Amino acid sequence: MRIRWRSPIRGPWLTSVLGLVLLCSLPVVILTGLLDWVAYGPGQAIPADVGVLHLPLFDWPTRPSWLFRLTQGLHVGLGIVLVPVVLAKLWSVIPKLFTALPRNPVKAAERATLVLLVGGILFEIVTGLLNVQYDYVFGFSFYAAHYTGAWVFTAGLVLHVVLRFPAMVRGLRSRSFRGELRTPLAQTRPEPPADLVAPEPDRPTMSRRGALALVGGGSLLLAGLTVGQTLDGPLRATALLLPRGRTLPGDFPVNRTFAASRIDPAAVGSGWQLDLGSLQLTREQLAALPQHTAALPIACVEGWSTRQTWVGVRLRDLAALAGVPAPESALVTSVEEGPFARASLTRAQVLDPEALLALRVNGADLTPDHGFPARVVVPALPGVHCTKWVRAMEFRA
Amino acid sequence: MTGLRAVGVLACLTLGASAATIVVRDPTLHPSIPWMLAWFAGALLLHDLVLFPLYAAVDRALVRLPTGPVPLVNHVRVPLLGAGLTLLVHLPGIIRQGGPVHLGATGLDQTPYLARWLWLVLAMAGASALLWVVRVTRRSVAGG
Repeated sequence: MRIRWRSPIRGPWLTSVLGLVLLCSLPVVILTGLLDWVAYGPGQAIPADVGVLHLPLFDWPTRPSWLFRLTQGLHVGLGIVLVPVVLAKLWSVIPKLFTALPRNPVKAAERATLVLLVGGILFEIVTGLLNVQYDYVFGFSFYAAHYTGAWVFTAGLVLHVVLRFPAMVRGLRSRSFRGELRTPLAQTRPEPPADLVAPEPDRPTMSRRGALALVGGGSLLLAGLTVGQTLDGPLRATALLLPRGRTLPGDFPVNRTFAASRIDPAAVGSGWQLDLGSLQLTREQLAALPQHTAALPIACVEGWSTRQTWVGVRLRDLAALAGVPAPESALVTSVEEGPFARASLTRAQVLDPEALLALRVNGADLTPDHGFPARVVVPALPGVHCTKWVRAMEFRA
Repeated sequence: MTGLRAVGVLACLTLGASAATIVVRDPTLHPSIPWMLAWFAGALLLHDLVLFPLYAAVDRALVRLPTGPVPLVNHVRVPLLGAGLTLLVHLPGIIRQGGPVHLGATGLDQTPYLARWLWLVLAMAGASALLWVVRVTRRSVAGG
């Protein structure tokens, strides 16, 4: 079967431009994703056992307080924005898919590694998009699949960049970028005969600059529909099609509702006490302790974030009350049961002056959805570890 | 040169294989492995053998649209790509898949997404059509 490729603008230059955009941006997506694994903290990241396939371990800092908001917002946001660029890049090289496998075994194996590259990025895009929209139709662990897929993709990407970098540079040098930006449709001609260039193209219906504007426009459209999930105020609603563009009236987003936690309301009622091991505190007793105010973001692994004003007791004050003024770590347990119902905090996370066991937010008691009677908020801590409906805190010396 | 390439390919495959051991070393993930592989291959095949032929076929129909003084093709192509891209990226909300988890996570249902997407498509199509009319009018005023 012989396919007649028709596009008059497909060619090494266009492919190289798209490749350069991805070469500059994909490492950011990969690194911020791997940073998320570190941010979850030792023993808490999922998947737990990744062998040597992780970034060097370090204690996730508490400063700047918007650190996780930035890294994870970039991971998800940039990941979405690059979808049109990835699709355009695949379009630009698709004739190669329909060519015969090379006879040379090394070249054939090289071609086979493209399965890791292309399958990898499509798998990451699909699982990531489904996860941020709460569609678990795939039925397997998102974390394990997305993390593994990331390394499979990275393997394919590194080899592809090493092998194709010279071709990209040649492609970029073959035409003037500025010249292309000044070339209208009427002057658009196919690139000189080369790989990817159609031998018998149709008449152009779009200039190269038009094609780049189209791809960039697609990215801008998705950026405009995504950035709102990291903004507070009226602009949040601009994330029209994402779950985190919406909130209940007068509220801010939650990661999990009280109803979904399946907590017995009596367990967080008037009989609730915070268990500090050596002593128990009622909510009234907690409210009588020195209160501190901190404007801190809740930033979710799904890329959305929101900054609110929390009031509560400093974790380091609670540690001192529990008789462990200089804890090495703290284990926070929720009334809720399940995989995210406990979180371990590092020494720095407990001792930060803005690390709170919050009782109030924005001038009112926490609502059940926001973790009443008390919840943890720590600067730069992944939202999932800002435990809600706290039952106990164990400070470890 | 071929030797270097062979080393590169081997290193790439080794890294890919060691990535796969992440799911292999956790026995609770073993039942999921066939599904992960199916989704990996499925994403590739759906793109190469369904999505690409589909949009290529639609585009071939588009380039046959009347050329006239101001060609229609890009005024249809651009909003159609916008509609397709947003549909692809936001499919779960638009077709209301994953409702119970969405509700448990956000306290909200998925009702608004379909109507919002349709309005967005209408806005893109309307803006593109308006631009076409303006271009045709200017061309005829200019005596084209």
